[in-house]
Amino acid sequence: MAIEVRIPTILRSYTGGAKVVEGSGDTLGDLLADLDSRHAGLRARLVTDAGALHRFVNVYVNDEDVRFLGALDAKLNDGDSVTILPAVAGGAFGFAAAAAIAGHRAAVAAR
Amino acid sequence: MARYDSLLDACGGTPLVGLPRLSPTVPDGAPPVRLWAKLEDRNPTGSIKDRAALFMVRAAEEAGRLRPGDTILEPTSGNTGISLAMVAKLRGYRLVCVMPENVSTERIQLLRMYGAEIIFSPAAGGSNQAVATAKQIAAEHPDWVMLYQYGNEANARAHYETTGPELLHDLPTITHFVAGLGTTGTLMGAGRYLREKVDGIQVVAAEPRYGELVYGLRNIDEGYVPELYDASVLSRRFSVGTRDAVLRTRQLVEVEGIFAGFSTGAILHAALAVAHEAVRDGRRADVAFVVADGGWKYLSTGAYGGTLTDAEDALEGQLWA
Repeated sequence: MAIEVRIPTILRSYTGGAKVVEGSGDTLGDLLADLDSRHAGLRARLVTDAGALHRFVNVYVNDEDVRFLGALDAKLNDGDSVTILPAVAGGAFGFAAAAAIAGHRAAVAAR
Repeated sequence: MARYDSLLDACGGTPLVGLPRLSPTVPDGAPPVRLWAKLEDRNPTGSIKDRAALFMVRAAEEAGRLRPGDTILEPTSGNTGISLAMVAKLRGYRLVCVMPENVSTERIQLLRMYGAEIIFSPAAGGSNQAVATAKQIAAEHPDWVMLYQYGNEANARAHYETTGPELLHDLPTITHFVAGLGTTGTLMGAGRYLREKVDGIQVVAAEPRYGELVYGLRNIDEGYVPELYDASVLSRRFSVGTRDAVLRTRQLVEVEGIFAGFSTGAILHAALAVAHEAVRDGRRADVAFVVADGGWKYLSTGAYGGTLTDAEDALEGQLWA
């Protein structure tokens, strides 16, 4: 059973530079375990020690966010396409900058 | 109502229009599935952000954070800056925007026309550079007021108090609400309101999936989730790529005559997905989606003409929503 998985640039060090890899599994959890057997270390970047998806990682099955499909228990089918992306909502630049200022202000206020 | 005391009073109250030609056809005897577009480009500066800008400024005034003549600082890649510039002008404030230099020329011209001052962060440095630039500016000007739309409850409240009630008033049979996920203010505010009032309503998010250049620089451990975001308000969340967003943006103007920006194309893509599911399942659906802004500010991208591949290439590396 082949599922296409798109890897973001930042994680391609685990896939030998490959943008797209294939894997198998009945659920997302199974798929990540399968991928980790060939791309050691990849799973640990996506799943926390507590066994949940990392807060700043978004995974989509056929363009739909898996957090609304059961997260690591999300069911997969042959031919599905899985996309992994760092969490950046629209307006990412603005948010990054805004969060930085807010953090900076809080740090100044706490002094 | 068509007469207002000032431009600020003309914010909101936007039309909801049916899309008879884009709505999917259902088999004979099956319940209707209809698409409805909330035309947020009909706001004073032409985008949905006018609602949030007005509410955030009013909230800051009421809290005593903003006094006449104060300077507002906002890191923004576009529409929020334009909205804030208009509100700041009419309420007597100065606005400084920080943005990456790769936003469209129309946006920069518009901001300057409305009176905003712009500080650019180098596009090549990506969000890390934007962060560094913003921090430096904040350190140099501790008296400037930042409204921080990603964590400002007044942003979501604007949609809880206006967008949500307008939708329910105009479409009491609403079954799905679809909007873009950026600051998350629209979905959190209108979504919460509709969940309180409409049993079983589906609140659906469409987020833009940019070209690789945008994500390439980003480390997964330094991700960002806006403070306003509460996943429990959403029913589903779709990631929409550049190609699908462009395709739907063009389809919207070709078929229904609505000329919108690319974020609306992404939203329409998700709206069509849930509409077609309803048809498949034989369920009635009234799917309302947000037209976030018009297409004028994106013409210079060239992505409204040529092939889809050309358009995709034109938008590669750009924050098109």
